[in-house]
Amino acid sequence: MIRHEGGRVLATLVRLTGDITLAEDAVQDAVIEALRKWPIGGVPDKPVAWLTTVARNRALDVLRREAKRTAKETDARLLDEVTLATREDTSDSMVRDDLLRLLFTCCHPALSFEAQTALALRTLCGMSTGEIATVFMVPEPTMGQRISRAKKKISSAHIPYRVPADHELPDRLRSVTAVIHAVVTAGHHSPEGSLDARGDLADEGVRLARLLHDLMPDEPECTGLLALSLATTARRDARLDREGAMVLMADQDRSRWHHDDIAEAAAMLDHAIHLRRPGPYQVQAAIACLHGLAPTFADTDWEQIAGLYVTLERFTPTPVVRVNRVVAVAEAQGADVALALLDQLDEATVDRWHLYWSTRGELLARSGRTDDAAVAFGRAIDCSPNDSDRRFLVGRRHAIADKR
Amino acid sequence: MPRYAALIYGPDETDTNTSPEEWAAVMADYDDFSVRAAAAGVLGGGEALQETSTATTVHVIGGAKGGEVVTTDGPFAETKEVLGGFFLLDCADLDEALHWAAQIPGAWNGRVEVRPVIDFSQGQ
Repeated sequence: MIRHEGGRVLATLVRLTGDITLAEDAVQDAVIEALRKWPIGGVPDKPVAWLTTVARNRALDVLRREAKRTAKETDARLLDEVTLATREDTSDSMVRDDLLRLLFTCCHPALSFEAQTALALRTLCGMSTGEIATVFMVPEPTMGQRISRAKKKISSAHIPYRVPADHELPDRLRSVTAVIHAVVTAGHHSPEGSLDARGDLADEGVRLARLLHDLMPDEPECTGLLALSLATTARRDARLDREGAMVLMADQDRSRWHHDDIAEAAAMLDHAIHLRRPGPYQVQAAIACLHGLAPTFADTDWEQIAGLYVTLERFTPTPVVRVNRVVAVAEAQGADVALALLDQLDEATVDRWHLYWSTRGELLARSGRTDDAAVAFGRAIDCSPNDSDRRFLVGRRHAIADKR
Repeated sequence: MPRYAALIYGPDETDTNTSPEEWAAVMADYDDFSVRAAAAGVLGGGEALQETSTATTVHVIGGAKGGEVVTTDGPFAETKEVLGGFFLLDCADLDEALHWAAQIPGAWNGRVEVRPVIDFSQGQ
């Protein structure tokens, strides 16, 4: 409870003090006090308000001490502001605004993408520096330095703590959604070790997506991002077999999918589409929902999915989108049409990408070119990033060789 | 009389650990220079910048006014383009500073790096 509600308390404290580090320390102290007092006296009626008050008083103490020690004009002024904010405003609407401000500050484009992601996980998901370092596979001191530099930049460059104006919003939202999408993706498809090694990170990503959607319910791309995150992670329990090898969507046990998540995603997407402002997350969510709602692999609406990929390619013309479109086209129109589409890609850009080679291998195998297929799978295995993928690809190469 | 901009290059404070004593000695040297240069009537103004880790670079895409503004973390590091001048902008926050910086022609002819100036009146 404390870990997740901590984000709300922190967001309010950042508004009151204007200083992320001071706010973090104060919330930390409040949490320690809660852990000491609550087991004895019971959890208070309004735990969030309780934590906010204790943290605010802690921040006041620190500011008073600082003001006395250095006779600093700024701290004295800040002290007045914090004291004046005695309204104890922890109303839902105020807290929502606080969270939004914090989210936009953490994801400000003047910070590097890595710093944006780390700050969002730290402030809004309550993850420790050590946990974030593990997730992004960097040493803890490196991550600590990255976070403290970002916080220093926020304060010394005066990165504002506010929700952007309407005309800035499309740009600024793009960096917020990119951060959240990266968190979900890194969690759902671990770049190293087993595919599901970072399931907890995927949960945090979905939590952030839900937070953003709750805060901006009329922004269809925010809703699209949540729908995409839900519909994608709904397949989490069906992706690996007992030996830890990846299972293709075609062979997954669909009874192990989280159909409640898929239904929620479909309903959300429906709402977003009615706002009539399409975008890449909505299109990707539509694709994920079509997969999720199909009773079997064969019964999937491949024509519609292939069409959606054409739309997605207009928004984001990348090799990743093209390869995914090719997979759908192969189901809808056959391997030869799909291979022709794949051939249009500049091979230099996909040379080290395992999914390009495995897709090529599958299509070649289907059109009977087994020797070429084996070579493609060899390339895929060479550049495969994690154990689950590699084991799967080795299995596929054997299966195709056996067919000869 | 000709006017010159003296641009000061040195190790980045982000990467050094200057002790308060060393810092005070350096500041005393700078004060000494400022006093003498001012007394000689050659000093037109100057500022100390925050370390490069606080820098933000803006670039307007397309080589013409009004293109999309791209904002990146960090100082501008490109050996082919060199520092050609600077403006001092008084703004409420970084967003306002970036808003103005993106309207300097250098933002589409090259890049404009925005770095907060150290405010010595607040202490460091």
